[in-house]
Amino acid sequence: MTGNHVKRRLAEDIFFKGIVCLFAFISLLPLFLILYYITRNGIAVIDWNFLSSLPRPIGEAGGGVFNAIVGTLMLIILSGVISIPCGIAAGIYLSENKAGKLASGIRLSVVVLQGTPSIVIGIIAYIWIVAPLKTFSALSGGIALSIMMLPVIVKTTEETLKLIPYHLKEASLALGVPYYRTILKVILPSGISGILTGILLSVARITGETAPLLFTAFGNQFMNTNIFKPIDSLPYRIFYYAMSPYPEWHSFAWGASFILVVLTLALNLIARGISVKWKTRF
Amino acid sequence: MENTVLKVENFSASFGDNRILKDINLTVPRNVVAALMGPSGCGKTTLIRCVNRMHELIPGATVSGRMTLIDEDIYAMQPIILRRKVGMVFQKPNPFPTMSIYENVIAGYKLNGIRIPKPELDNIVEQSLKKSALWDEVKDALHRKGTFLSGGQQQRLCIARALAMNPEIMLLDEPTSALDPKSTSQIEELFVELKKNVTMLLVTHNIAQAARVSDVTAFIYLGELIEFGPTEKMFTVPKDKRTEEYLTGKFG
Repeated sequence: MTGNHVKRRLAEDIFFKGIVCLFAFISLLPLFLILYYITRNGIAVIDWNFLSSLPRPIGEAGGGVFNAIVGTLMLIILSGVISIPCGIAAGIYLSENKAGKLASGIRLSVVVLQGTPSIVIGIIAYIWIVAPLKTFSALSGGIALSIMMLPVIVKTTEETLKLIPYHLKEASLALGVPYYRTILKVILPSGISGILTGILLSVARITGETAPLLFTAFGNQFMNTNIFKPIDSLPYRIFYYAMSPYPEWHSFAWGASFILVVLTLALNLIARGISVKWKTRF
Repeated sequence: MENTVLKVENFSASFGDNRILKDINLTVPRNVVAALMGPSGCGKTTLIRCVNRMHELIPGATVSGRMTLIDEDIYAMQPIILRRKVGMVFQKPNPFPTMSIYENVIAGYKLNGIRIPKPELDNIVEQSLKKSALWDEVKDALHRKGTFLSGGQQQRLCIARALAMNPEIMLLDEPTSALDPKSTSQIEELFVELKKNVTMLLVTHNIAQAARVSDVTAFIYLGELIEFGPTEKMFTVPKDKRTEEYLTGKFG
Protein backbone atom coordinates (compact mmCIF):
# COMPACT_ATOMS: atom_id res chain seq x y z
CA MET A 1 0.00 0.00 0.00
CA THR A 2 2.64 2.50 1.11
CA GLY A 3 4.92 1.19 -1.64
CA ASN A 4 2.32 2.03 -4.27
CA HIS A 5 1.89 5.48 -2.80
CA VAL A 6 5.57 6.22 -3.08
CA LYS A 7 5.67 4.87 -6.62
CA ARG A 8 2.77 7.06 -7.65
CA ARG A 9 4.36 10.14 -6.17
CA LEU A 10 7.65 9.43 -7.86
CA ALA A 11 5.81 8.97 -11.15
CA GLU A 12 4.00 12.26 -10.66
CA ASP A 13 7.34 13.87 -9.97
CA ILE A 14 8.80 12.62 -13.21
CA PHE A 15 5.68 13.62 -15.11
CA PHE A 16 5.82 17.13 -13.68
CA LYS A 17 9.49 17.54 -14.51
CA GLY A 18 8.83 16.29 -18.03
CA ILE A 19 6.02 18.81 -18.55
CA VAL A 20 8.20 21.70 -17.35
CA CYS A 21 11.01 20.67 -19.69
CA LEU A 22 8.62 20.27 -22.60
CA PHE A 23 7.09 23.73 -22.24
CA ALA A 24 10.46 25.30 -21.67
CA PHE A 25 11.59 23.72 -24.91
CA ILE A 26 8.46 24.91 -26.75
CA SER A 27 9.05 28.46 -25.62
CA LEU A 28 12.60 28.37 -26.95
CA LEU A 29 11.54 26.85 -30.26
CA PRO A 30 10.31 30.04 -32.00
CA LEU A 31 13.59 31.84 -31.39
CA PHE A 32 15.62 28.99 -32.85
CA LEU A 33 13.27 28.57 -35.79
CA ILE A 34 13.44 32.27 -36.57
CA LEU A 35 17.21 32.28 -36.34
CA TYR A 36 17.36 29.10 -38.46
CA TYR A 37 15.12 30.38 -41.28
CA ILE A 38 16.64 33.84 -41.36
CA THR A 39 20.14 32.47 -41.43
CA ARG A 40 19.35 29.81 -44.04
CA ASN A 41 17.58 32.22 -46.38
CA GLY A 42 19.46 35.36 -45.58
CA ILE A 43 23.11 34.47 -45.34
CA ALA A 44 23.43 33.48 -48.99
CA VAL A 45 22.45 36.98 -50.09
CA ILE A 46 24.95 38.74 -47.90
CA ASP A 47 28.00 39.85 -49.78
CA TRP A 48 29.88 43.09 -50.17
CA ASN A 49 27.75 44.06 -53.12
CA PHE A 50 24.52 43.64 -51.15
CA LEU A 51 25.83 45.68 -48.26
CA SER A 52 27.26 48.47 -50.35
CA SER A 53 24.76 49.10 -53.14
CA LEU A 54 21.48 50.96 -53.27
CA PRO A 55 18.11 49.48 -54.18
CA ARG A 56 17.68 49.28 -57.96
CA PRO A 57 14.54 50.16 -59.91
CA ILE A 58 12.04 47.42 -60.73
CA GLY A 59 13.21 45.26 -63.59
CA GLU A 60 16.90 45.78 -62.92
CA ALA A 61 18.74 42.90 -61.31
CA GLY A 62 20.80 43.29 -58.12
CA GLY A 63 20.63 46.01 -55.53
CA GLY A 64 21.23 46.17 -51.83
CA VAL A 65 20.58 47.81 -48.54
CA PHE A 66 23.38 50.34 -48.10
CA ASN A 67 21.00 53.28 -47.73
CA ALA A 68 18.88 51.30 -45.26
CA ILE A 69 21.89 50.52 -43.07
CA VAL A 70 23.00 54.16 -43.13
CA GLY A 71 19.41 55.25 -42.43
CA THR A 72 19.00 52.90 -39.47
CA LEU A 73 22.30 54.07 -37.98
CA MET A 74 21.25 57.70 -38.43
CA LEU A 75 17.90 57.04 -36.81
CA ILE A 76 19.63 55.34 -33.86
CA ILE A 77 21.97 58.31 -33.42
CA LEU A 78 19.16 60.86 -33.74
CA SER A 79 16.89 59.11 -31.28
CA GLY A 80 19.79 58.45 -28.91
CA VAL A 81 20.84 62.11 -28.91
CA ILE A 82 17.32 63.05 -27.87
CA SER A 83 16.39 60.26 -25.49
CA ILE A 84 19.65 59.45 -23.67
CA PRO A 85 20.09 62.84 -21.91
CA CYS A 86 16.36 63.13 -21.17
CA GLY A 87 16.09 59.53 -20.01
CA ILE A 88 19.14 59.63 -17.74
CA ALA A 89 18.05 62.96 -16.24
CA ALA A 90 14.56 61.62 -15.56
CA GLY A 91 16.08 58.45 -14.07
CA ILE A 92 18.29 60.53 -11.76
CA TYR A 93 15.30 62.61 -10.74
CA LEU A 94 13.26 59.51 -9.92
CA SER A 95 16.00 57.84 -7.90
CA GLU A 96 16.66 61.07 -5.98
CA ASN A 97 13.00 61.90 -5.36
CA LYS A 98 11.23 58.76 -4.31
CA ALA A 99 8.03 60.53 -3.33
CA GLY A 100 6.45 63.68 -4.66
CA LYS A 101 3.90 64.63 -7.27
CA LEU A 102 6.30 65.13 -10.15
CA ALA A 103 8.04 61.82 -9.45
CA SER A 104 4.83 59.82 -9.37
CA GLY A 105 3.67 61.67 -12.49
CA ILE A 106 6.87 60.70 -14.31
CA ARG A 107 6.59 57.11 -13.12
CA LEU A 108 3.02 56.84 -14.37
CA SER A 109 3.82 58.37 -17.74
CA VAL A 110 6.80 56.07 -18.18
CA VAL A 111 4.55 53.06 -17.66
CA VAL A 112 1.91 54.44 -20.02
CA LEU A 113 4.51 55.35 -22.62
CA GLN A 114 5.96 51.85 -22.47
CA GLY A 115 2.52 50.43 -23.22
CA THR A 116 1.65 52.87 -25.99
CA PRO A 117 1.36 51.12 -29.37
CA SER A 118 4.25 52.15 -31.60
CA ILE A 119 1.92 53.08 -34.45
CA VAL A 120 0.29 55.69 -32.19
CA ILE A 121 3.69 57.17 -31.44
CA GLY A 122 4.29 57.32 -35.18
CA ILE A 123 1.05 59.25 -35.70
CA ILE A 124 1.96 61.67 -32.90
CA ALA A 125 5.35 62.33 -34.51
CA TYR A 126 3.54 62.82 -37.82
CA ILE A 127 1.27 65.46 -36.29
CA TRP A 128 4.09 67.19 -34.40
CA ILE A 129 6.86 67.19 -36.98
CA VAL A 130 5.83 65.92 -40.39
CA ALA A 131 2.66 67.98 -40.77
CA PRO A 132 4.17 71.36 -39.79
CA LEU A 133 7.33 70.78 -41.84
CA LYS A 134 5.26 69.43 -44.73
CA THR A 135 7.74 66.63 -45.42
CA PHE A 136 8.59 63.19 -44.14
CA SER A 137 11.99 63.30 -42.50
CA ALA A 138 14.69 61.40 -40.66
CA LEU A 139 14.20 63.89 -37.83
CA SER A 140 10.58 62.94 -37.31
CA GLY A 141 11.52 59.25 -37.39
CA GLY A 142 14.26 59.88 -34.83
CA ILE A 143 11.81 61.69 -32.56
CA ALA A 144 9.25 58.88 -32.82
CA LEU A 145 11.93 56.31 -31.94
CA SER A 146 13.31 58.45 -29.12
CA ILE A 147 9.86 58.41 -27.52
CA MET A 148 10.02 54.63 -27.67
CA MET A 149 13.52 54.52 -26.14
CA LEU A 150 12.71 56.92 -23.35
CA PRO A 151 10.79 54.65 -20.94
CA VAL A 152 13.43 51.90 -21.12
CA ILE A 153 16.26 54.33 -20.34
CA VAL A 154 14.36 56.09 -17.55
CA LYS A 155 13.42 52.81 -15.91
CA THR A 156 16.85 51.17 -16.10
CA THR A 157 18.60 54.34 -14.92
CA GLU A 158 16.26 54.65 -11.97
CA GLU A 159 16.59 50.98 -11.00
CA THR A 160 20.38 51.07 -11.34
CA LEU A 161 20.83 54.23 -9.29
CA LYS A 162 18.47 52.99 -6.59
CA LEU A 163 20.81 50.04 -6.00
CA ILE A 164 23.79 52.28 -5.29
CA PRO A 165 24.33 52.33 -1.54
CA TYR A 166 23.32 55.56 0.18
CA HIS A 167 26.57 55.62 2.13
CA LEU A 168 28.52 56.44 -1.04
CA LYS A 169 26.51 59.60 -1.47
CA GLU A 170 27.11 60.42 2.18
CA ALA A 171 30.83 59.84 1.78
CA SER A 172 30.95 62.32 -1.06
CA LEU A 173 28.77 64.96 0.60
CA ALA A 174 30.77 64.67 3.82
CA LEU A 175 33.89 65.64 1.85
CA GLY A 176 32.20 68.92 0.99
CA VAL A 177 31.42 67.86 -2.57
CA PRO A 178 28.39 69.78 -3.87
CA TYR A 179 25.27 67.79 -4.66
CA TYR A 180 25.53 68.06 -8.46
CA ARG A 181 29.16 66.89 -8.46
CA THR A 182 28.23 64.02 -6.16
CA ILE A 183 25.63 62.89 -8.68
CA LEU A 184 27.86 63.38 -11.73
CA LYS A 185 31.16 62.10 -10.34
CA VAL A 186 30.19 59.48 -7.77
CA ILE A 187 26.67 58.19 -8.35
CA LEU A 188 26.56 58.09 -12.17
CA PRO A 189 30.01 56.45 -12.61
CA SER A 190 29.05 53.81 -10.03
CA GLY A 191 25.96 52.96 -12.07
CA ILE A 192 27.52 53.25 -15.50
CA SER A 193 27.22 49.57 -16.41
CA GLY A 194 23.49 49.48 -15.67
CA ILE A 195 22.83 52.71 -17.54
CA LEU A 196 24.81 51.59 -20.60
CA THR A 197 22.99 48.28 -20.56
CA GLY A 198 19.68 50.12 -20.54
CA ILE A 199 20.73 52.31 -23.45
CA LEU A 200 21.86 49.34 -25.53
CA LEU A 201 18.67 47.41 -24.80
CA SER A 202 16.57 50.41 -25.79
CA VAL A 203 18.57 50.72 -29.02
CA ALA A 204 17.99 47.02 -29.65
CA ARG A 205 14.32 47.62 -29.08
CA ILE A 206 13.97 50.44 -31.63
CA THR A 207 16.27 49.01 -34.30
CA GLY A 208 13.55 46.71 -35.50
CA GLU A 209 10.63 49.12 -35.17
CA THR A 210 8.72 49.64 -38.41
CA ALA A 211 5.34 51.06 -37.49
CA PRO A 212 6.47 54.45 -36.12
CA LEU A 213 8.62 54.97 -39.20
CA LEU A 214 5.81 54.52 -41.72
CA PHE A 215 4.56 58.09 -41.40
CA THR A 216 7.79 59.68 -40.29
CA ALA A 217 11.06 58.51 -41.83
CA PHE A 218 8.89 57.05 -44.59
CA GLY A 219 11.57 55.18 -46.52
CA ASN A 220 13.70 56.26 -49.41
CA GLN A 221 15.23 54.18 -52.17
CA PHE A 222 18.03 56.66 -52.63
CA MET A 223 20.90 57.53 -50.39
CA ASN A 224 20.07 60.36 -48.00
CA THR A 225 21.92 61.86 -45.09
CA ASN A 226 19.86 65.02 -44.68
CA ILE A 227 17.83 64.77 -41.51
CA PHE A 228 15.07 66.94 -43.00
CA LYS A 229 14.48 64.50 -45.89
CA PRO A 230 12.86 61.05 -45.86
CA ILE A 231 15.30 58.31 -44.98
CA ASP A 232 15.41 54.55 -45.43
CA SER A 233 15.72 52.01 -42.64
CA LEU A 234 16.33 48.27 -42.43
CA PRO A 235 12.85 47.30 -41.22
CA TYR A 236 11.24 49.48 -43.86
CA ARG A 237 13.48 48.01 -46.57
CA ILE A 238 12.53 44.49 -45.44
CA PHE A 239 8.85 45.41 -45.69
CA TYR A 240 9.36 46.92 -49.13
CA TYR A 241 11.35 43.99 -50.54
CA ALA A 242 9.07 41.39 -48.99
CA MET A 243 5.88 42.96 -50.39
CA SER A 244 7.22 42.92 -53.94
CA PRO A 245 6.32 40.12 -56.38
CA TYR A 246 9.94 39.35 -57.33
CA PRO A 247 11.75 36.30 -55.92
CA GLU A 248 15.10 38.12 -55.98
CA TRP A 249 13.67 40.90 -53.83
CA HIS A 250 12.24 38.30 -51.46
CA SER A 251 15.70 36.94 -50.90
CA PHE A 252 16.90 40.52 -50.32
CA ALA A 253 14.27 40.81 -47.61
CA TRP A 254 15.75 37.70 -45.96
CA GLY A 255 19.22 39.19 -46.25
CA ALA A 256 18.13 42.47 -44.67
CA SER A 257 16.33 40.54 -41.92
CA PHE A 258 19.52 38.62 -41.24
CA ILE A 259 21.46 41.88 -40.81
CA LEU A 260 18.79 43.27 -38.51
CA VAL A 261 18.67 40.16 -36.35
CA VAL A 262 22.44 39.97 -36.10
CA LEU A 263 22.52 43.64 -35.09
CA THR A 264 19.86 43.19 -32.40
CA LEU A 265 21.49 40.01 -31.12
CA ALA A 266 24.88 41.71 -30.99
CA LEU A 267 23.44 44.67 -29.06
CA ASN A 268 21.88 42.31 -26.54
CA LEU A 269 25.07 40.32 -26.11
CA ILE A 270 27.17 43.46 -25.69
CA ALA A 271 24.66 44.76 -23.15
CA ARG A 272 24.99 41.53 -21.18
CA GLY A 273 28.75 41.65 -21.39
CA ILE A 274 28.85 45.21 -20.10
CA SER A 275 26.47 44.52 -17.26
CA VAL A 276 28.68 41.64 -16.08
CA LYS A 277 32.14 42.99 -16.86
CA TRP A 278 31.79 46.61 -15.83
CA LYS A 279 29.70 45.92 -12.80
CA THR A 280 30.78 48.07 -9.87
CA ARG A 281 31.76 46.12 -6.78
CA PHE A 282 30.58 47.96 -3.72
CA MET B 1 39.87 80.02 23.27
CA GLU B 2 42.93 78.98 21.27
CA ASN B 3 42.60 75.50 22.56
CA THR B 4 38.94 74.91 21.81
CA VAL B 5 38.09 73.25 18.51
CA LEU B 6 34.40 72.64 18.88
CA LYS B 7 32.01 74.46 21.14
CA VAL B 8 28.38 73.47 21.50
CA GLU B 9 26.06 75.82 23.39
CA ASN B 10 22.42 75.16 24.32
CA PHE B 11 22.13 73.06 21.21
CA SER B 12 18.91 71.24 20.33
CA ALA B 13 18.01 69.31 17.20
CA SER B 14 14.69 67.93 15.99
CA PHE B 15 13.34 65.96 13.08
CA GLY B 16 9.85 67.33 12.58
CA ASP B 17 8.18 67.27 16.00
CA ASN B 18 10.61 64.72 17.34
CA ARG B 19 13.19 66.41 19.55
CA ILE B 20 16.36 64.32 19.38
CA LEU B 21 18.86 66.51 21.22
CA LYS B 22 18.01 68.71 24.18
CA ASP B 23 20.17 71.66 25.26
CA ILE B 24 23.57 70.14 24.74
CA ASN B 25 26.59 72.03 26.07
CA LEU B 26 29.98 70.68 25.20
CA THR B 27 33.52 71.96 24.63
CA VAL B 28 36.05 69.84 22.80
CA PRO B 29 39.70 70.94 23.25
CA ARG B 30 42.37 70.55 20.58
CA ASN B 31 44.21 67.26 20.02
CA VAL B 32 42.04 64.94 22.02
CA VAL B 33 39.82 62.01 21.29
CA ALA B 34 36.40 62.87 22.65
CA ALA B 35 34.06 59.90 22.95
CA LEU B 36 30.30 60.17 22.76
CA MET B 37 28.68 57.15 24.31
CA GLY B 38 25.20 56.16 25.17
CA PRO B 39 22.58 53.55 24.36
CA SER B 40 21.20 53.14 20.82
CA GLY B 41 18.88 55.93 19.75
CA CYS B 42 20.15 58.41 22.36
CA GLY B 43 21.13 60.98 19.73
CA LYS B 44 24.91 60.61 19.68
CA THR B 45 25.04 60.05 15.92
CA THR B 46 22.66 62.98 15.40
CA LEU B 47 24.99 65.16 17.44
CA ILE B 48 28.06 64.48 15.31
CA ARG B 49 26.00 64.79 12.13
CA CYS B 50 24.99 68.23 13.31
CA VAL B 51 28.69 69.16 13.42
CA ASN B 52 29.08 68.78 9.64
CA ARG B 53 25.40 69.43 8.98
CA MET B 54 24.85 66.02 7.40
CA HIS B 55 21.63 65.73 9.39
CA GLU B 56 20.17 68.33 7.02
CA LEU B 57 19.93 65.62 4.36
CA ILE B 58 16.90 64.34 6.25
CA PRO B 59 13.86 66.47 5.45
CA GLY B 60 12.34 68.27 8.43
CA ALA B 61 15.59 68.66 10.37
CA THR B 62 15.81 71.80 12.50
CA VAL B 63 18.28 73.01 15.12
CA SER B 64 18.50 75.73 17.74
CA GLY B 65 21.39 76.95 19.85
CA ARG B 66 24.94 77.52 18.74
CA MET B 67 27.79 75.41 17.49
CA THR B 68 31.17 76.88 16.65
CA LEU B 69 34.21 75.38 14.97
CA ILE B 70 37.27 77.39 16.04
CA ASP B 71 35.09 80.42 16.81
CA GLU B 72 33.24 80.23 13.52
CA ASP B 73 29.49 79.67 13.64
CA ILE B 74 28.86 76.35 11.92
CA TYR B 75 25.31 77.29 11.00
CA ALA B 76 26.45 80.50 9.31
CA MET B 77 28.87 78.67 7.03
CA GLN B 78 28.19 77.13 3.63
CA PRO B 79 27.83 73.36 4.24
CA ILE B 80 30.25 72.53 1.42
CA ILE B 81 32.95 74.75 2.95
CA LEU B 82 32.25 73.45 6.45
CA ARG B 83 32.47 69.82 5.35
CA ARG B 84 35.91 70.34 3.87
CA LYS B 85 37.11 71.35 7.34
CA VAL B 86 35.34 68.49 9.09
CA GLY B 87 36.34 64.96 8.14
CA MET B 88 33.92 62.11 8.63
CA VAL B 89 34.36 58.36 8.89
CA PHE B 90 31.27 56.22 8.76
CA GLN B 91 30.11 53.05 10.40
CA LYS B 92 30.51 51.03 7.23
CA PRO B 93 33.70 51.53 5.23
CA ASN B 94 32.65 53.40 2.09
CA PRO B 95 35.52 53.88 -0.35
CA PHE B 96 34.39 55.03 -3.79
CA PRO B 97 34.03 51.82 -5.82
CA THR B 98 34.94 53.38 -9.15
CA MET B 99 38.19 54.86 -7.89
CA SER B 100 41.63 53.44 -7.19
CA ILE B 101 43.22 53.64 -3.76
CA TYR B 102 45.19 56.68 -4.92
CA GLU B 103 42.10 58.44 -6.26
CA ASN B 104 40.15 57.60 -3.13
CA VAL B 105 42.68 59.37 -0.92
CA ILE B 106 42.53 62.55 -2.98
CA ALA B 107 38.81 62.24 -3.65
CA GLY B 108 38.10 65.36 -1.59
CA TYR B 109 40.23 67.41 -3.98
CA LYS B 110 39.30 65.56 -7.13
CA LEU B 111 35.54 65.59 -6.64
CA ASN B 112 35.61 69.23 -5.63
CA GLY B 113 37.53 70.10 -8.78
CA ILE B 114 40.49 71.51 -6.83
CA ARG B 115 43.52 71.35 -9.11
CA ILE B 116 46.82 70.45 -7.50
CA PRO B 117 50.08 69.57 -9.28
CA LYS B 118 50.83 65.85 -9.47
CA PRO B 119 53.94 65.79 -7.23
CA GLU B 120 52.00 67.52 -4.51
CA LEU B 121 49.14 65.04 -4.89
CA ASP B 122 51.60 62.16 -4.65
CA ASN B 123 52.83 63.70 -1.44
CA ILE B 124 49.32 64.12 -0.01
CA VAL B 125 48.52 60.49 -0.84
CA GLU B 126 51.71 59.20 0.76
CA GLN B 127 51.39 61.34 3.89
CA SER B 128 47.71 60.55 4.38
CA LEU B 129 48.20 56.83 3.93
CA LYS B 130 51.17 56.90 6.31
CA LYS B 131 49.10 58.73 8.91
CA SER B 132 46.35 56.15 8.59
CA ALA B 133 48.92 53.31 8.85
CA LEU B 134 47.97 51.88 5.48
CA TRP B 135 50.94 52.99 3.38
CA ASP B 136 53.10 49.89 3.89
CA GLU B 137 50.24 47.60 2.93
CA VAL B 138 49.16 49.39 -0.23
CA LYS B 139 52.16 51.34 -1.52
CA ASP B 140 52.64 48.86 -4.37
CA ALA B 141 48.96 48.72 -5.27
CA LEU B 142 47.95 52.38 -5.29
CA HIS B 143 46.20 52.01 -8.61
CA ARG B 144 44.05 49.06 -7.67
CA LYS B 145 40.44 49.61 -6.75
CA GLY B 146 39.89 50.51 -3.11
CA THR B 147 37.12 47.96 -2.79
CA PHE B 148 39.58 45.05 -3.12
CA LEU B 149 40.97 45.81 0.34
CA SER B 150 39.79 44.08 3.49
CA GLY B 151 37.18 45.76 5.68
CA GLY B 152 39.74 47.15 8.13
CA GLN B 153 41.98 48.39 5.32
CA GLN B 154 38.99 50.00 3.62
CA GLN B 155 38.17 51.83 6.82
CA ARG B 156 41.77 53.06 7.13
CA LEU B 157 41.52 54.17 3.51
CA CYS B 158 38.43 56.19 4.43
CA ILE B 159 40.36 57.69 7.35
CA ALA B 160 43.17 58.62 4.94
CA ARG B 161 40.60 60.18 2.62
CA ALA B 162 39.33 62.35 5.47
CA LEU B 163 42.86 63.20 6.67
CA ALA B 164 43.93 64.27 3.18
CA MET B 165 41.71 67.34 3.49
CA ASN B 166 43.59 68.46 6.64
CA PRO B 167 40.42 68.68 8.71
CA GLU B 168 40.14 70.69 11.93
CA ILE B 169 38.15 67.88 13.47
CA MET B 170 37.32 64.29 12.52
CA LEU B 171 33.90 62.82 13.17
CA LEU B 172 34.02 59.08 13.69
CA ASP B 173 30.61 57.43 13.60
CA GLU B 174 31.07 54.02 15.21
CA PRO B 175 34.01 53.45 12.87
CA THR B 176 34.85 49.96 14.11
CA SER B 177 31.42 48.46 14.58
CA ALA B 178 31.55 46.67 11.21
CA LEU B 179 35.08 45.34 11.73
CA ASP B 180 36.68 42.28 13.29
CA PRO B 181 38.56 42.59 16.62
CA LYS B 182 42.03 42.71 15.03
CA SER B 183 41.12 45.53 12.64
CA THR B 184 39.34 47.26 15.51
CA SER B 185 42.43 47.31 17.72
CA GLN B 186 44.57 48.51 14.78
CA ILE B 187 42.20 51.40 14.22
CA GLU B 188 42.01 52.23 17.92
CA GLU B 189 45.81 52.44 18.08
CA LEU B 190 45.64 54.66 15.04
CA PHE B 191 43.32 57.11 16.78
CA VAL B 192 45.68 57.44 19.72
CA GLU B 193 48.49 58.16 17.27
CA LEU B 194 46.42 60.57 15.20
CA LYS B 195 45.39 62.87 18.00
CA LYS B 196 48.80 64.54 17.84
CA ASN B 197 47.59 66.16 14.63
CA VAL B 198 43.85 66.22 14.69
CA THR B 199 40.95 66.39 17.10
CA MET B 200 38.51 63.52 16.97
CA LEU B 201 34.92 63.10 18.03
CA LEU B 202 34.22 59.39 18.36
CA VAL B 203 30.75 57.95 18.59
CA THR B 204 30.75 54.52 20.13
CA HIS B 205 28.38 52.24 21.93
CA ASN B 206 31.31 50.21 23.05
CA ILE B 207 32.14 51.36 26.58
CA ALA B 208 35.49 49.60 26.58
CA GLN B 209 36.48 51.41 23.40
CA ALA B 210 35.65 54.77 24.91
CA ALA B 211 37.79 53.84 27.92
CA ARG B 212 40.70 52.67 25.75
CA VAL B 213 41.05 55.55 23.33
CA SER B 214 39.34 58.68 24.59
CA ASP B 215 40.63 61.56 26.71
CA VAL B 216 37.24 63.06 27.42
CA THR B 217 33.89 61.33 27.33
CA ALA B 218 30.35 62.54 27.02
CA PHE B 219 27.50 60.33 28.13
CA ILE B 220 24.28 61.02 26.31
CA TYR B 221 20.98 59.52 27.33
CA LEU B 222 17.59 60.20 25.71
CA GLY B 223 18.90 63.28 23.92
CA GLU B 224 20.41 64.87 27.02
CA LEU B 225 24.04 65.26 27.92
CA ILE B 226 24.17 63.59 31.30
CA GLU B 227 27.82 63.91 32.04
CA PHE B 228 30.92 65.24 30.30
CA GLY B 229 34.47 65.14 31.57
CA PRO B 230 37.85 63.42 31.54
CA THR B 231 37.39 59.77 30.64
CA GLU B 232 39.40 58.47 33.58
CA LYS B 233 37.32 60.39 36.04
CA MET B 234 34.01 59.38 34.53
CA PHE B 235 34.89 55.71 34.49
CA THR B 236 36.15 55.69 38.06
CA VAL B 237 33.93 58.19 39.86
CA PRO B 238 30.89 59.00 37.75
CA LYS B 239 28.95 61.98 39.07
CA ASP B 240 25.53 60.93 37.83
CA LYS B 241 23.70 57.81 38.87
CA ARG B 242 22.62 57.12 35.29
CA THR B 243 26.22 57.19 34.09
CA GLU B 244 27.15 54.68 36.74
CA GLU B 245 24.27 52.43 35.80
CA TYR B 246 25.17 52.60 32.11
CA LEU B 247 28.84 51.88 32.79
CA THR B 248 28.01 48.92 34.96
CA GLY B 249 25.68 47.52 32.36
CA LYS B 250 22.37 48.05 34.13
CA PHE B 251 20.91 49.40 30.87
CA GLY B 252 21.97 50.28 27.32
